[in-house]
Amino acid sequence: MLIEVAGLNKVYRTREGEDIHALSDVSFGVGEGEFVTVVGPSGCGKSTLLKILAGTLRRTSGGVHMRGRPIDGPSRDVGVVFQAPVLLPWRTVLENVMLPIEIQKRDREKFALQAQHFLKLVGLEAFSGKYPNELSGGMQQRVGISRALVHDPALLLMDEPFGALDAMTRESMNLELLRIWNESKKTVLLVTHSIPEAVYLADRVIVMSPRPGRISEIIKVDLPRPRPLEIINSEAFGRHVVAIRKHFQSLSALDA
Amino acid sequence: MSRASSEEHELIESGKPRTLAQTLREKPEIPLAVVLFVGLVGGWELAVRLFEIPKIVLPAPSAVALALWNGMQGDFLKHFGITFYETIAGFVLGSATGLVLGALISQFRLLERTLYPYIVAFQTLPKVAIAPIIVIWFGYGVTSKIVITATIAFFPLLANTIVGLRSAPQEQIELMVAFTATRWQVFRLARLPQALPYIFVGLDVAIVLSVIGAIVGEFVGAQAGLGYLILQKNFNMDMAGVFAILIVLSGMGIGLHLLVNAIQRRVVFWMDGSSDRVMGA
Repeated sequence: MLIEVAGLNKVYRTREGEDIHALSDVSFGVGEGEFVTVVGPSGCGKSTLLKILAGTLRRTSGGVHMRGRPIDGPSRDVGVVFQAPVLLPWRTVLENVMLPIEIQKRDREKFALQAQHFLKLVGLEAFSGKYPNELSGGMQQRVGISRALVHDPALLLMDEPFGALDAMTRESMNLELLRIWNESKKTVLLVTHSIPEAVYLADRVIVMSPRPGRISEIIKVDLPRPRPLEIINSEAFGRHVVAIRKHFQSLSALDA
Repeated sequence: MSRASSEEHELIESGKPRTLAQTLREKPEIPLAVVLFVGLVGGWELAVRLFEIPKIVLPAPSAVALALWNGMQGDFLKHFGITFYETIAGFVLGSATGLVLGALISQFRLLERTLYPYIVAFQTLPKVAIAPIIVIWFGYGVTSKIVITATIAFFPLLANTIVGLRSAPQEQIELMVAFTATRWQVFRLARLPQALPYIFVGLDVAIVLSVIGAIVGEFVGAQAGLGYLILQKNFNMDMAGVFAILIVLSGMGIGLHLLVNAIQRRVVFWMDGSSDRVMGA
């Protein structure tokens, strides 16, 4: 197992002194090279979970390990992608991709080749000298993905990376992400609130529910790979979607 | 009218070297400004002559132009040099202090809570009111003018630096932290460049205020400089001379403002039209 999460809790204390359970007794593992998606409505703690794994947020209790070592802070072995590409507008595409290399003081010459390689992988090799404001939203996010991969991390964490894109771009980005995953052999943990997206990408889907944020079910997706976009229309795909949606329907019934 | 509108259509197919007429049509404000200027100056000249206004009340533009010409041959340049030096030195001193202090305050909350009340109190003091004290402390030479100018140039930089250094999007900071960036790296790679548009707004405000600062200082007590010269001419009832110096002063202000803008466009190349970014003095 690359990642092991056992009995993880995260409690926020509000100003009124009230405790909010963002995560309650969350346990799961992610294998080396696996693609795992986390799906759930807003407030289910999926972003909190991702931040704890990225080491930017402290856990309240429980164990979070990467390759047997506890995650207590940001790691050089992790790459992150957020919903907004947050590129630095005063840097060229290539300079943006090289940001982790610069921060981690790695060998620039060596990794510049790596950066070019990933830009090529996302189809942006011709844009390496351009500035972010010359790129579309989808292209910017692809730069963001290259940036997350450039320092060769073992784990790629993605927080609704395509949430801000239109449906068409989103589909092609999903297809592209699977191709990149296949070629780079990274372990990916991707958070989304789109059930079809979660099923389409994943080996396993972690279904979460809110108040308190906990895991309802972990569903294994046994669709064959490579997965063409048309697989979305298949009966097997539909079965997975229904199985996940079931959780949220019962939830909204509880709410009402 | 019909001619103008028919030629507007021709404009669309450009690419050819543009004629003067084309340029004028693209920028109708240029001929309008010229007409307004000629009208104002002409009307002024006419009014002064027609109503025989005494030249110690309002000099005719022709008299001002003559005074300007004579002054340029005479001692204007020397006094200009002094005022210019005071302006630039005060601007550099004041804005550098504001920049450094703003950077420190933006990074350390404790420092902000401790210092900010004093800074606000200092800013609410009219600098004209403390100028006499500064002259007493630093003497009648250029030093006191530089200090007065610095006190005025200081605040726009301080305020804009603080706001600018806090303007980086939270996600951007979080992303860099996730990539194991240190606090200093976050500051250097994200916060500081993100603050530059704000800092330049501060610089632009400060440079124009610096000219005022130098003149205020010279009004309070000086032996040289354009402010000193204005007082001299005022005492001698040389209104045309006073107006001529005002023209020189506004020329200096405009020139420095344009210089700051030109540097801004080069440094903050990824933003356009950032000049309306708030935060005055």
